[in-house]
Amino acid sequence: MQDNKQTVIRLNGITYRYPQGESLQFDDLEVTSGQHTLILGDSGSGKTTLLHILSGLLKPETGTVQIDGQRIYDLPSRKLDEFRGQRIGLIFQEAHLVKSLTVKENLQIAQGFAGAKVDFDRIREVLTLLNLEHKAESYPGKLSRGQMQRAAIARAVINRPAILVADEPTASLDDRNTESVLSLLLTQAEQQGATLVVATHDKRVKTRIPHAYQVSR
Amino acid sequence: MNSIQIAWKNIRQNTATSLLGILLTAFGTGILCVLLLTSHQIEEQLDNNSRGIDLVVGAKGSPIQLILSSIYHMDNPTGNISLTEAQKLAANPMVKLAVPLSLGDNYKGHRIIGTDSTFLQLYGLELAEGEIWKSDFEATIGADVARKNHLKIGDKIYGAHGLSSEGHTHDEHAYTITGIFKPAHHIADRLILTNLASVWRMHGDHEDEDHHEHGDEEHEHNDHSHDVPGVEEHEHHHGEDHDHDDATNHPSPTTDPQLVKSIMGDVGSGEREITSMLIQYRNPAAIGMFPRLVNQNTSMQAASPAIESARLFSLLGIGIDSLQVLAYVIMLMAALSVFISLYNALKSRKYDLAIMRTLGASQGKLFGIVIAEGILLTFVGAIAGIGIGHLAIYLIGTSTGGTTTLLEALVLLPQEGWLVFIGVAIGFVAAVIPAIKAYKTSISRTLSGN
Repeated sequence: MQDNKQTVIRLNGITYRYPQGESLQFDDLEVTSGQHTLILGDSGSGKTTLLHILSGLLKPETGTVQIDGQRIYDLPSRKLDEFRGQRIGLIFQEAHLVKSLTVKENLQIAQGFAGAKVDFDRIREVLTLLNLEHKAESYPGKLSRGQMQRAAIARAVINRPAILVADEPTASLDDRNTESVLSLLLTQAEQQGATLVVATHDKRVKTRIPHAYQVSR
Repeated sequence: MNSIQIAWKNIRQNTATSLLGILLTAFGTGILCVLLLTSHQIEEQLDNNSRGIDLVVGAKGSPIQLILSSIYHMDNPTGNISLTEAQKLAANPMVKLAVPLSLGDNYKGHRIIGTDSTFLQLYGLELAEGEIWKSDFEATIGADVARKNHLKIGDKIYGAHGLSSEGHTHDEHAYTITGIFKPAHHIADRLILTNLASVWRMHGDHEDEDHHEHGDEEHEHNDHSHDVPGVEEHEHHHGEDHDHDDATNHPSPTTDPQLVKSIMGDVGSGEREITSMLIQYRNPAAIGMFPRLVNQNTSMQAASPAIESARLFSLLGIGIDSLQVLAYVIMLMAALSVFISLYNALKSRKYDLAIMRTLGASQGKLFGIVIAEGILLTFVGAIAGIGIGHLAIYLIGTSTGGTTTLLEALVLLPQEGWLVFIGVAIGFVAAVIPAIKAYKTSISRTLSGN
C-alpha cells in the first residue's frame, strides 16, 4: 500500500455505461508519483474510455477518480476544466494542434485555458527542450509529422502536469519512430516531474514501461 | 490569447468563407449608410436652405419646381414674373422681407443670382473678405465657390447660359469678384451673387449678337410647340429649359412677345422681369391669407417651402424605403452566410474545439469563441460598409459639383453607431446556433472519433 501523499491516480469502483446501454467495469487502480503505467487491452476493450474517465473528460456511472489528491468529479464543471488544464496533460495518436494557431500560440492557449498567466519564458524553455524553438511561429500545416507530435507533447507538458496521459501514441508508427516517441514521452515526464500513463495495445511499448494495468471486457 | 484573438485567427484561417460574410455585411451596411447620410443631409439642407423663407412667388407651374429652382437652386425656373407685380406684393403690409431673384447663368455649375442686399439679410450672410457688389458686373461669391475654384478678390469670371457649365459663355461681360462670404453651411455657400441689373444687362446687351451667333440653337428651339419668336428668344437667352407647359402662364409672354423681349433686352426700358421672389411674413396671420392672395389675384403662383419640401421628401422617401428593404435583404443574406460559414466550420474544427476543452477551456469559453467569431465577421463588415458608404457619398458629391452639391462625405452621424450595432447583432444571432453546438461538443466522443 502506497502512501496517500505519493498517489497521483486512484480509481475506485469505476463503472461506465455507454449510451447504447453496454456497461464496463474497471478494476481499482492506484498509481504513485513517477510510476509510469501502461493501460493495456485489445481494441475496443475500453482503454480510451478509462483514459477519458481518469482525465476528467467522461464521468463514470459509479466510483471515484482521484488525481493528485483531488476527487475530480466532485469539482464543479468549470473547476474540473481548469484542474484538467493544470494537472493533466493529454496526448493523442494524432497531434490535434489547433490549425489556426502557431506552435507558440498553441502553447499560449494551453496556459491561458488552464487559468495561468502566459509565461513566454516557459514556452521558450519547453520548445527548446523539444527542439522546436525554430518552429515557434510556424502553423501546424507547415510542420512534419514528427514536429507535430513534439509540439503536441510540448503543449501537454507546458503547465507541469501531475500526470501525462497518452492515448495510443505509437499506433501506426514504425519501430524506430515508436522508440523515438516513447523516449521523448518518458524523458519529458521525468523532466517535468509527471507520471506517464499510456493506453496502448502495442506490445512494443511493454518493454519500456513495465507497470501495466489490464483492461478487458 | 483571449477569445477575440482566437476567433480572429479562425477567421483568417477560413479566408474565403469569412470574406463572403464580411462582404455581404459590408454591402448591406454600405447601402444603409448611404441612405442614412443622404436622407439626413438632404433633410438638413432642405431645412437650412429654406429657413426664414415663408413663401416663394414665381411664374405659375409646378410648385416643387419653383421651390427647387428658387431655394435649392437645383431645377430650372418655372418662368419669369413681372417686377412691377412683384414689387406690389412686396409692398403688402403682411410682407416683412421680399428678396428678388433673377436667374439665368452659372459659373462652372455655380448659379449666378441677380438679387439685392435683402438676400444677405434673409440668409444671414457675412463677408469673410472684400465687400458686397456695388455696381453692375460685380459679384460676391459663396465660400465653397471661392474654395473650389480658387477664386479671390479682383478675379474675373465669365458666366455661362443656364444651369450647365457647358452652356454658351457670356464672354462679352466678365464679373469682377468684390467679396467672399464666410461659410454659412447652406446653399448660399455655392452661389454667386450680383445685382439684378447685371443679369438683365448681361442678357440685354447680348441679345442682338445671339440672333446671329446662335441661329442653329434657335432652329432647335423652333421644334417646340411655341410659335412666338419672343418666347423662343427668352428661353434661349436665359439658357434655362423653362417648363414649356407653363409658358402661357408667364406675364402674358405669348400674348405680348415684345414684353418678353424688352425684359430680356435693354435695361431701363420697358417692363422688367425677375425669376421669383422669396417672402418672409411679418406675422403668422399671413400664412393662410397671403398665398391665397397671390394665387387668386395675380398671374403668379405662391409656393410654401415647408409644404413643398415635405412633399419632396416624402417622394424621396419612397425610393429610400425601397433601397432600405434591399439593404435589409442583403443583411439577412449576410447573416445566413455567417451562419453557414460558422456551422460548416464546426465540422472541420470539432477536434480543435475538443482539444481546447482538454486544455481547460470551459463550455462557456467555446461558446464565447464562436460568438466572437460571428460578431467579428459582421463587425468588420459593418465598419467596411460604413467606409464604403462614405466613399460612395464622396464620389456622388464630387460627381455632382457646382450649386447642386448636397452631400458631404466627411460627416459622421451618431446613427452610424447603430449600423455597427445592427451588424454586430446580426453576427451574434447568426452565431448562436453554431455556438450552442460548440458548447455541447462532447470531448470524449469527438476524440474517440464517434
